[in-house]
Amino acid sequence: MNIQDPKLSARTGSIDMAHGGGGRATAELIADLFQHHLTNPILDQGNDAALLPPAAGRLVMSTDGHVISPIFFPGGDIGSLAVHGTLNDVAMAGAEPLYLTAGFILEEGFPLADLERIVISMARAAETAGVPIVTGDTKVVEKGKGDGVFITTTGLGVVPDGVHVSVERAKPGQAILLSGNIGDHGVAILSKRENLEFETEIRSDSAALHTLVAGMISAAPGITVLRDPTRGGLAATLNEIARTAKVGIHLEENAIPIKPDVKAACELLGLDPLYVANEGKLVCFCEPGDADAVLAAMQAHPLGRDAALIGTVTEDDAHLVEMETEIGGVRVVDWLAGEQLPRIC
Amino acid sequence: MKYVSEFRDKDLAKSVSAAIRREADPGRTYNFMEFCGGHTHAIFRYGVQDLMPDNVAYVHGPGCPVCVLPVRRLDDAVEIAERHNAILCTYGDMMRVPGTKQRSLIRAKADGADIRMVYSTLDALKIARDNPDREVVFFAIGFETTTPPTAVAIKQAQKEDLTNFSVFCNHVLTPPAIAHILQSLDVQDLGTVEIDGFLGPSHVSSVIGSKPYEPAAEIFGKPVVIAGFEPLDVMQSTLMLIRQINEGRFEVENEYTRVVTRDGNLKAQALVAEVFNVRDAFEWRGLGTVAKSALKIRKTFAAFDAERRFEITPKQSREVKSCECPAILRGVKKPTDCKLFGTVCTPDTPMGSCMVSSEGACAAYWTYGRFRTKAARPQKEAAA
Repeated sequence: MNIQDPKLSARTGSIDMAHGGGGRATAELIADLFQHHLTNPILDQGNDAALLPPAAGRLVMSTDGHVISPIFFPGGDIGSLAVHGTLNDVAMAGAEPLYLTAGFILEEGFPLADLERIVISMARAAETAGVPIVTGDTKVVEKGKGDGVFITTTGLGVVPDGVHVSVERAKPGQAILLSGNIGDHGVAILSKRENLEFETEIRSDSAALHTLVAGMISAAPGITVLRDPTRGGLAATLNEIARTAKVGIHLEENAIPIKPDVKAACELLGLDPLYVANEGKLVCFCEPGDADAVLAAMQAHPLGRDAALIGTVTEDDAHLVEMETEIGGVRVVDWLAGEQLPRIC
Repeated sequence: MKYVSEFRDKDLAKSVSAAIRREADPGRTYNFMEFCGGHTHAIFRYGVQDLMPDNVAYVHGPGCPVCVLPVRRLDDAVEIAERHNAILCTYGDMMRVPGTKQRSLIRAKADGADIRMVYSTLDALKIARDNPDREVVFFAIGFETTTPPTAVAIKQAQKEDLTNFSVFCNHVLTPPAIAHILQSLDVQDLGTVEIDGFLGPSHVSSVIGSKPYEPAAEIFGKPVVIAGFEPLDVMQSTLMLIRQINEGRFEVENEYTRVVTRDGNLKAQALVAEVFNVRDAFEWRGLGTVAKSALKIRKTFAAFDAERRFEITPKQSREVKSCECPAILRGVKKPTDCKLFGTVCTPDTPMGSCMVSSEGACAAYWTYGRFRTKAARPQKEAAA
């Protein structure tokens, strides 16, 4: 007779309160699932804190909580998104990301098979990016007190000497570059939302951008601002920059790359792609003299193939983002109020 | 994108703009009311006014479904959800409209009412199927465009014997509203609104056709051009209106021929006639009580009529004091004439319905507003 606790079954089991209790179930979950898939020498030290070697340069650090519905979507899942999102926040400081941490909040009843799929996806994303997940944490909340799984990741990186990327360096006259088509992530997520399902080939653009950034910085170390336009889309990102740097921004609508199917889906739903989320795009500000070199470096990278010059920084006391529209009129591109809602008629 | 990008072409826009500048008589002004919020949105979203000469202007009409719903009907919907414990299904645009004491559906939801945002009437039917023990009410608003889907839902509910489903009907009609505006004191006597012609509705007309506007054009001597919602549609229709005026004509013309016919969608019209009949009168925000301007559910479908099904208490509903939405909806005032505009009333903190919907004039002004740009702002005098 086998009197041991049943082993973790990733095929049939689900999370229960014992997995967060700190006892054997917790230890097994960590060993058999997290450590098994995320293995690397630092994580495998098995201590509460990861001991890291000295870093060669100025450090940057960023943290990001990931909550998304649905958890699995075309082009990614919450796991890959949690890795890419934080890597990108670190990369937007012009840094090379070195390490990641991951904190999981799991809801009682969450299927272990789904959790394993997410952890494998995180492991793959981290490995592809060349950045290990060096420490982590797991907590379990009662059923009804979470939405399946929440993942918080923190990233640590080092900024090369001579690089100073910061939003207040945006100055009138600088060029604004965008690394590719906007709106893919948001539309891919919407297409799978309950009660809004529609047929589409659109996949999330979720990707780690640090190698793209490295190429851009080696082409022009003087890049002034980098941002990834995630939630709130390009419009929110540019408004944040304009307000913080106390500048205006002028955009050319015809220069902003958008895939035809994303544009069509937005038309149908009454959404403005400028406000739709991206997870694998960046905007870059640089001196006008650097623009050609940066654009060429972007277009030479697979994640920047569709990069384009989309506008310029202007002087404006009101810190507005203005855009010359497709037909040649002018409009303001404002902050989004509340959430974008599909229109009635 | 096929059938859309063609109607946003910069070079074509330039040539239509040049034709308008050439043909508009510099000795007069041209004021055109775009009835639909969809046109208002397109005009601001694409900066159409920038391509017009100074003597051609747009007067924003009341064709925003969310904007014209009187506060009392919104308060009634909240009551249905709260007092009768029904699941209230609503289109997203309606969620943030402030009711009496600024109580919106989103506020009522936060306080515990079961209010759900749906994308179509079919979603509401699904909620009714999934919750057989609850009353499920669809908050139906909108012009002729949204009426056929509501009719479909009612017929489907009847077919499935979904006895827990009903509709709170607030559907309104476009042609009576146009006639009402043209015979109003503002237009006829006070001269506070000058309207030389109309950009006619696009989606609405796909259902009702262009014929229903003919009496108003004839009686009031005002040209109507049915216009699509793309910026080039708006510009081409403007040119067609200018030509009619210059030639002394007042006809109903159709620019949106790729969708609209003179007779419209007969099948949809028959469906609507089967399920609804015309109310004697209905209150519109801004326009007041307009005779024969809205629909109610026919007696044969009474079981699906929330107004018959639930006791709704009479109430003293109030809009926010000094909100100019009513005057803005009649075209008497511009959003910038309202002292709440852009100060306490913004899309983040809307005081009136016109600031909520993307089709509302205030929201369009504020969100895309050219008036805020550096070129349009009065510049500080250079220091001596």
